[in-house]
Amino acid sequence: MDFSYSYLILVLPLVTFLFLGLMGTRLSRKAAGVVGTTMMGITAVIAYTIALDYFFGTTQGQIVDGIRQQLVAWDLTWLEFSEKLVIKVGFLLDPISAMMLMIITTVSFLVHLYSLGYMQDHHHEYEKGLQRYYAFLSLFSLSMLGLVVAPNIFQMYIFWELVGVSSYLLIGFYYTLPAAVSASKKAFIVTRFADLGFLVGILILSFYTQTFDFITLTSDPTAAIATAGGATFMGCSVTAWALTLIFMGGAGKSAMFPLHIWLPDAMEGPTPVSALIHAATMVVAGVYLIARMFPLYCLEEGTMMVITVIGAFTAFYAAAVACVQSDIKRVLAFSTISQIAFMVTSLGVARPELHDGVGYMASMFHLFTHAMFKALLFLCAGAIIHAVHSNEMSAMGGLRKYMPICNIAFAIGCLAIAGIPPFAGFFSKDEILVAAFLNSPIWGVWMMLVAGMTAFYMFRLYYKIFWWNNPDYGHHTPHDAPMTMSLPLIILSVVSILAGFVPFGEMVTYDRASHPIHMTMWVAVSSVAVAVIAILLATKLYLKENEAPTKMKNAFNGLWTAAYNRFYMDELYQFITHKIIFERVSRPLAWFDRQIVDGSLNKLASLTNAASFAVRKLQSGNVQVYVYVYLIGALLLGAITVICLI
Amino acid sequence: MIWENILIYFVVIPVLTLAGLAVCKNIKQVRAVSIVGATALMALGVYLLVEFLQLRAAGVADEMLFRGDWMWFESLNIKLSLGVDGISVSMLLLSCVIVFAGVFASWNMDPLPREYFLWFWLLSTGVFGFFIAVDLFAMFMFYEVALIPMYLLIGVWGSGNKNYSAMKLTLMLMGASALLMLGILGIYFNSSADGNLTMNLLEIAKNNAIPHEWQYYLFPMTFVGFGVLGAMFPFHTWSPDGHASAPTAVSMLHAGVLMKLGGYGCFRIAIYLMPHAANEMAWIFLILTGISVVYGAFSACVQTDLKYINAYSSVSHCGMVLFAILMLNTTAMTGAIMQMLSHGLMTALFFALIGMIYGRTHTRDIRKMGGLMQIMPFLGVGYVIAGLANLGLPGFSGFVAEMTIFVGSFAHADMFHRVLTIMACSAIVITAVYILRVVGKMLYGPVHDEHHRTLTDAVWHEKFAVITLIVCVAGLGCFPNFFNEIIYDSFSPIIKALGAF
Repeated sequence: MDFSYSYLILVLPLVTFLFLGLMGTRLSRKAAGVVGTTMMGITAVIAYTIALDYFFGTTQGQIVDGIRQQLVAWDLTWLEFSEKLVIKVGFLLDPISAMMLMIITTVSFLVHLYSLGYMQDHHHEYEKGLQRYYAFLSLFSLSMLGLVVAPNIFQMYIFWELVGVSSYLLIGFYYTLPAAVSASKKAFIVTRFADLGFLVGILILSFYTQTFDFITLTSDPTAAIATAGGATFMGCSVTAWALTLIFMGGAGKSAMFPLHIWLPDAMEGPTPVSALIHAATMVVAGVYLIARMFPLYCLEEGTMMVITVIGAFTAFYAAAVACVQSDIKRVLAFSTISQIAFMVTSLGVARPELHDGVGYMASMFHLFTHAMFKALLFLCAGAIIHAVHSNEMSAMGGLRKYMPICNIAFAIGCLAIAGIPPFAGFFSKDEILVAAFLNSPIWGVWMMLVAGMTAFYMFRLYYKIFWWNNPDYGHHTPHDAPMTMSLPLIILSVVSILAGFVPFGEMVTYDRASHPIHMTMWVAVSSVAVAVIAILLATKLYLKENEAPTKMKNAFNGLWTAAYNRFYMDELYQFITHKIIFERVSRPLAWFDRQIVDGSLNKLASLTNAASFAVRKLQSGNVQVYVYVYLIGALLLGAITVICLI
Repeated sequence: MIWENILIYFVVIPVLTLAGLAVCKNIKQVRAVSIVGATALMALGVYLLVEFLQLRAAGVADEMLFRGDWMWFESLNIKLSLGVDGISVSMLLLSCVIVFAGVFASWNMDPLPREYFLWFWLLSTGVFGFFIAVDLFAMFMFYEVALIPMYLLIGVWGSGNKNYSAMKLTLMLMGASALLMLGILGIYFNSSADGNLTMNLLEIAKNNAIPHEWQYYLFPMTFVGFGVLGAMFPFHTWSPDGHASAPTAVSMLHAGVLMKLGGYGCFRIAIYLMPHAANEMAWIFLILTGISVVYGAFSACVQTDLKYINAYSSVSHCGMVLFAILMLNTTAMTGAIMQMLSHGLMTALFFALIGMIYGRTHTRDIRKMGGLMQIMPFLGVGYVIAGLANLGLPGFSGFVAEMTIFVGSFAHADMFHRVLTIMACSAIVITAVYILRVVGKMLYGPVHDEHHRTLTDAVWHEKFAVITLIVCVAGLGCFPNFFNEIIYDSFSPIIKALGAF
């Protein structure tokens, strides 16, 4: 059997979306949830079949001469711009897309399942609009799967926009809450702005290379770029421009500084949505995009430098902000930004000649492990919020007694993200640090520092929720979530423990050949040491309620306030959009349109009116006036004749 | 015999409907006659498409199909010449859909329903006549037939400052048609080198005899003449006022079809007949239309009246049509026609929904509305879909059209075109801003006005109109290659003419 049945991966979520979207209101809320979850389960099974057959099967020509091949399972012509530029909708199977298929369907299925429990109020009534919720989840799964299997950059752009809109719809799921509405709007507009860069990048690239096709572009990148004929713009080659602009699109979706501002606000959406879209899948689309076009990026040293610098800075910035936030979902959001920045940096420092392109492998590895443990952390956060009805750390504390499953699961997630062996995050983060050190010790030290901060703020979060103090919960004693919610937590915990042992180097590499992972001992030891020190520091400060954190806060009050306010990036954006774009551009333009453009037309009309009014007086029927006008006219004519004759 | 030509029925059916309406006695009969007329037109449109595709598949490679000439005025050699290519077929289909949906959107027209529908159908007659004609005289005549009813439709059935708007719209469009008439006469008197003057588009293009120095005058005249109708900056100001005052179905027809006459005329007459001037002078109009695109979008951002927002959005989108036409290559021009189809359907959908919402809330001020999604979910969802289509979401027609335009425009490698294209691209962000602003304020959030809680959702004929349009927008967006191929093929003679100047 070849891979042609893979069309089901896109068709099943589409059918579910249309069915729930159009007929959902005829179903009960529970039925809609069950239908959505079942269909996603089936999709996951198919995705696993395909991915495992791709990685371990041999009958379809998956591996030739030790290199995993890029297979196009099917494609259909969707739109022809010209003879050469044709958009096809197809299904590309290669190591990274197969890996993404597994990640997306796993997390998506678990989130579907989890939502059955989460989207209930405390009377165990399903929430209003659950049909819509599951319809949007299906739409999201469809778009994300379509994005990762895209065999050409334009299909990727199409689904890129669709994930954007499903994110918009899901963030704004509670559409009666003004905060959710403005968060969804912000997310859409900021990513749209980034997509403008993506679009222009695609236009430049496709104009010079005359193709959208990934395989053509990446199998022989030098030849593909050569068709640009060395064209330059402002001193840089057009390919560098194109790739940087495409990276801008990726930076928007992946919340890289300074386009990150939408992600923390996006936490207004339901928590399972945050786990699926804003932690595990959609936000890594930017990383995936760079990985997809990695051979092209490798040729542009300048662009790689931009990627590295933005990634490294974002990692640090987000970690710094995460250290002082008080809303648990915001801590996780900034932690997500920081971790994605790890992946971006890892791609930025990766070079084929450095240790068989270890940075590329590490980035994909971290994408995989991060998806698992971050989804776990978010789903735990959802269970906690569900139990205490608040996002604020101040409303929590001592929860380990009431929510044992959640406590263990959250601890596993924290250990994984902190990079403690043998949890998953250790292996992938270690490879990233190796790659950073190989490129330059500066990046290595920098990223190790950020890794330490990660361990610190995650354990600060953990202790503040599960230890710290013992507030009076009154008669609403928190308790562990029902099975539909706990089961995903257990599954993800197990995965977070074991995922590090997947032989990634043999499966996902920049040249799709097999390169075994070598541990670099001194990096591993020092990174674990840094993590342990940070955890100990967090334990000292946050295990039991004490005054030390407050004292520290007061000592560095300015810095603390600035970090708490995310270094005022939101205010800056607010200023630019409202004060500059709305007040200084749009409003004057609207005024100009009404008063000047339209005003001059109105003036013309009133002048015409006035002129005819004036001329009307000539036709007064008064003989004296006629004679008078006649005389003046005759004299004028006479004068002109005389002048002309002379 | 003229009756053997299928195209003439696009005029005959509206005329018969007019006759039928003339004898109607009550609103039920008026509705029945209009629905019959609109359905017959729709069927005819689909039939024409099928016939057209069959002929093309059979290898008939003529530039225009279903050609026919009938002498009208011998001494001036004016004929009634009919003929369609893929572009006109798409435009005819678009008009059929909009007229069909428009009838359902004007279901409860009050007062004087019969008179309203009489003018409505007269306008449609003009529109259909314009798209089937290939003779300058006939085109101009039908164009005028389409314009005049607009004055009465807005002036009598409109709302707000309707007399001012109706007068402004009519005067500006009349001014434009004065320019157009001069242009057409100029073309006519230069149409042939050997003295056989003709009004037939195809013959004029074949002769290609208009002296270059004449083209420099005639091209701007005809382009501006049609450009005013296509809402080109700075001649667009009739559009916001006109749309704001017009009744629902008139706004639909106006934005959906009438503004398309402008774009269609621009390339069919100005560019096709005067390729030399088109190549030389395109840059002037590229700047103006480039401004339209961005300027319209920015202006829409701060409006508070729903109809003004969509009128400015139309300025932006129609600016995109003319912008793409002036790029003078097949891809961009195909994109322009796709954008015409897409904008026609989307804007009609928008105006239909606005009319329905306004009919309930009696306000179009977005500051006075909020939380309508809870009260009228069908209209709310329809509005969100229309909004997403408008901001170019894949799966809807707007995305396909805009992408085709951008890819086509980018084929010019010089700095001037590049800068303008990137400027036009930036409109996709600004569009998102003003669409989401309206959706957020009007549909989402808490209910703003408690009186709105008693309002009802759409009734069947409203739902029917909305669903028809949504299906068309989504159909065009999901399967774009069908129309894309039809249009793309039709451009080859025009591009050939442009290349051979």
